[in-house]
Amino acid sequence: MRRLLGFFARRGSAPVARERLQILLAHERAASGNSDLLAMLQQEILAVIERHVTVERDKVQIKLERGDPVSTLEVDIEIPTPLVSAAEVRRSANG
Amino acid sequence: MAKVLVVTSGKGGVGKTTSTAALGAALAQGGESVVVVDFDVGLRNLDLVMGAERRVVFDLVNVVQGDAKLPQALIRDKRIDTLSLLPASQTRDKDALTAEGVARVVGELREKFDWVLCDSPAGIEKGATLAMRHADAAVIVTNPEVSSVRDSDRIIGLLDSKTEKAENGERIEKHLLLTRYDSARAERGEMLKTEDVLEILSIPLLGIVPESEEVLRASNLGTPITIGNPASAAGRAYRDAARRLKGETVPMIIQSDRKGLLSKLFGRRVA
Repeated sequence: MRRLLGFFARRGSAPVARERLQILLAHERAASGNSDLLAMLQQEILAVIERHVTVERDKVQIKLERGDPVSTLEVDIEIPTPLVSAAEVRRSANG
Repeated sequence: MAKVLVVTSGKGGVGKTTSTAALGAALAQGGESVVVVDFDVGLRNLDLVMGAERRVVFDLVNVVQGDAKLPQALIRDKRIDTLSLLPASQTRDKDALTAEGVARVVGELREKFDWVLCDSPAGIEKGATLAMRHADAAVIVTNPEVSSVRDSDRIIGLLDSKTEKAENGERIEKHLLLTRYDSARAERGEMLKTEDVLEILSIPLLGIVPESEEVLRASNLGTPITIGNPASAAGRAYRDAARRLKGETVPMIIQSDRKGLLSKLFGRRVA
């Protein structure tokens, strides 16, 4: 059965190419004009979090999976434990 | 010590991106850590050939301009975990790259990887010269066809004058990768032979990749041919070339997809 499936799968790589292009181009056409949307989102999300905790920029991972009909944006921020608030850091720096 | 390779050609459409993906994957399959970098700012395609087009968040321009850190822009391959991609920007143009920024990013990549493969844009403009700038070695992708050979000769001239190595009075290592080769047509005198191209360009031969329908299939699927179909003629040719890059001695054979009668009868595909 696997071989049979493999046989059919082998016959057409063009439909796969077509689907990949359709999804990609739909996203690219929609994105024209706000190409730095993700960079902007990252900056703003980080700014909000940094109001409350100190975040190391290197400890932030952002993943994206463009799909049809939805895409997912995954923002993975490592927050140090124990939780140190930015306000506390400022206080201890001043004191 | 990392090795930085530029995959270049001058002429467009000869197989730079396909070759970058195939060689990068073949090197990574051997367990070495590899990053493939798309320098074609504005017209990125290495992401598509690598099958990572849906996962691009940040790109080379973001890293060069300091909007993102390098680890945030690197995309780890889902099939081979020692293989990563640094995509180009699709929306900016080549002026978004600065010489200092590229130098810094290539320096950081050297620290993280064993191999840095830079996929050059076509042409001889800023994008192409920045892609070759910090290379230790160059893979010159050439088709056995007059305009491609002429453009390769031009690129060899640039490699010998515009790279960091050349400016420091050192020689940059150059390798010829002959792609889309049809040995039957070369035999019949319809196509330049390997010896002809080698004689004209006089640089050492890294490999001969035969014209193969498997190459189109690989890009349709977004799977480098050395991952998707390593046993195909082109797949074997790229794997051999990757071994030569590592310094191994591999006999130069023109690989072919020998077909049985059955696959000849049923295997005919339009694309």
